[in-house]
Amino acid sequence: MSEQHEQIFQNRIDAEEKIEPKDWMPEAYRRNLIRQISQHAHSEVIGMQPEGNWITRAPTLHRKAILLAKVQDEGGHGLYLYSAAETLGISREELIDALHEGRAKYASIFNYPAITWADIGAIGWLVDGAAIVNQVSLQRTSYGPYARGMVRICKEESFHQRQGYHIMMTLARGSADQKHMAQDALNRFWWPALMMFGPHDSESAHSAQSMKWKVKRQTNDELRQKFVDQSVAQAEEIGLTIPDPDLIWNEKRGHYDFGEIDWDEFAQVIAGNGPCNRQRLTHHRRAHEDGAWVREAMVSYQKKVQQRREAA
Amino acid sequence: MSEISSEQIKEYVLRLADDAVVQGHRLSEWCSHGPFLEEDLALTNVALDFIGRARMFYAYAAKLADDGSTEDSFAYTRDCREFTNLLIHELPRGDFAFTCVRQYLVDEYSLRFMEELCNSEDPTLAAIAAKAIKESRYHLRRSRDWMLRLGDGTAESNRRMQEALNELWGYTHELFEADRFELSLANAGVAVDPSLLRNEWLTAVSTTCEEATLSLPTENWSVRGGREGIHTEHLGHLLSDLQFLQRAYPGLEW
Repeated sequence: MSEQHEQIFQNRIDAEEKIEPKDWMPEAYRRNLIRQISQHAHSEVIGMQPEGNWITRAPTLHRKAILLAKVQDEGGHGLYLYSAAETLGISREELIDALHEGRAKYASIFNYPAITWADIGAIGWLVDGAAIVNQVSLQRTSYGPYARGMVRICKEESFHQRQGYHIMMTLARGSADQKHMAQDALNRFWWPALMMFGPHDSESAHSAQSMKWKVKRQTNDELRQKFVDQSVAQAEEIGLTIPDPDLIWNEKRGHYDFGEIDWDEFAQVIAGNGPCNRQRLTHHRRAHEDGAWVREAMVSYQKKVQQRREAA
Repeated sequence: MSEISSEQIKEYVLRLADDAVVQGHRLSEWCSHGPFLEEDLALTNVALDFIGRARMFYAYAAKLADDGSTEDSFAYTRDCREFTNLLIHELPRGDFAFTCVRQYLVDEYSLRFMEELCNSEDPTLAAIAAKAIKESRYHLRRSRDWMLRLGDGTAESNRRMQEALNELWGYTHELFEADRFELSLANAGVAVDPSLLRNEWLTAVSTTCEEATLSLPTENWSVRGGREGIHTEHLGHLLSDLQFLQRAYPGLEW
């Protein structure tokens, strides 16, 4: 019976049909999606921290307003994604508990600190840029609520990327200090941005099955290549140098060749040894704990209102 | 309005701009610290409204100054003594109860203030006020809801709200005091005479507090000085955050 279900399910996927919340799906498909969507949601929410670190210090009121609106969008993305995950039969509380207990991950890039204002530019340009490459591909993912969420999110992300790039452009065309600030941010964020696409296809634990189920539509290496190809011209345009001596155009492949990622660093950051891993989780946990009395009061007030209504 | 100079209007506009930028700054400090995600977004939204309001006022002040000043030169290159915001805005954000009570007290005030400013004979001020009224209506709906939910929530939330109200109360008197400068502008039909707002404000706040099972403080203390640039010690720290980049790398484009 289950085998038959699985065959029908795979046929639907192969025919490019979207899977909807009430449809039958293999348990492993459901678990895989919850893992991926919640990781994505947590990334949006944890990503508010490095950017939030600069909201009070943004250099102009215009930049401050843009950054506030951006961080607000990220939080909004977190909300749609939590809702998309909830359609798979898990609650937001369970997802947040999993984050706090270290069972769920978020994008490792946010374990790097946003030290200078240029980092806000680099995060918008490179981190949102890499996220878009991934998310454009996910607009065709097989799970309906996730695919539709991605369509909406992509529109806003591309706006963010342009804003980040504009910060970098302004700095790169500014004083020597500003240009240095921009180049330094690129130096620090370039490799972590490439790591966002995950391990090589040959090493990726979830890739083959995810491709078969069309949860993922393109492999890690394909997406990473696309990101490198688009970023080189963008860096050249504003006179910044990508920190990779092996970066060179390969006429035959029609793509840039680029150097090897430091996979040891990647493993270290994932294992919890990035500069900000503890800080990010502690911050999130603390905000959640500090807010417990507020959430309790809301429930209590709601009950009182209900009781008064019934008594009346 | 003829006897009022642009310089005087500029000084008045800067007071309102400083109120808004400082209030927006304190709200923006909540980003990623909210009690749940939806509230994080809502606080950011209100922060954005206040920053937007500050920008409109500063831009108008820059136009009146006509000396190369910009919205950013006002916000980023003046020191504490030159800031003329009311003190209530600059108090540190405190816990969520403190932020909610302050926002509520300020919203009840802002809405009435902007309704009056809408009648200003200065058309730019009237236009900014018209936009601000819509935002303040929404802000007040939200902050009043929080007064009720947290005031009449649990014993702990009630205790926190009452404490916040007690801590803030002494800073509310200043909201309604006009100095001679403001009164002369009010008499000319440009500015709002805030003392006229007090009765209505107090009635609204009393009603809300009663419904929220909070007691209006009766202790007789008050602090003032914002309009003369006599601030709490907190403002300097706020400005050192706000102005860091412009101070460290002066005169650049960002």
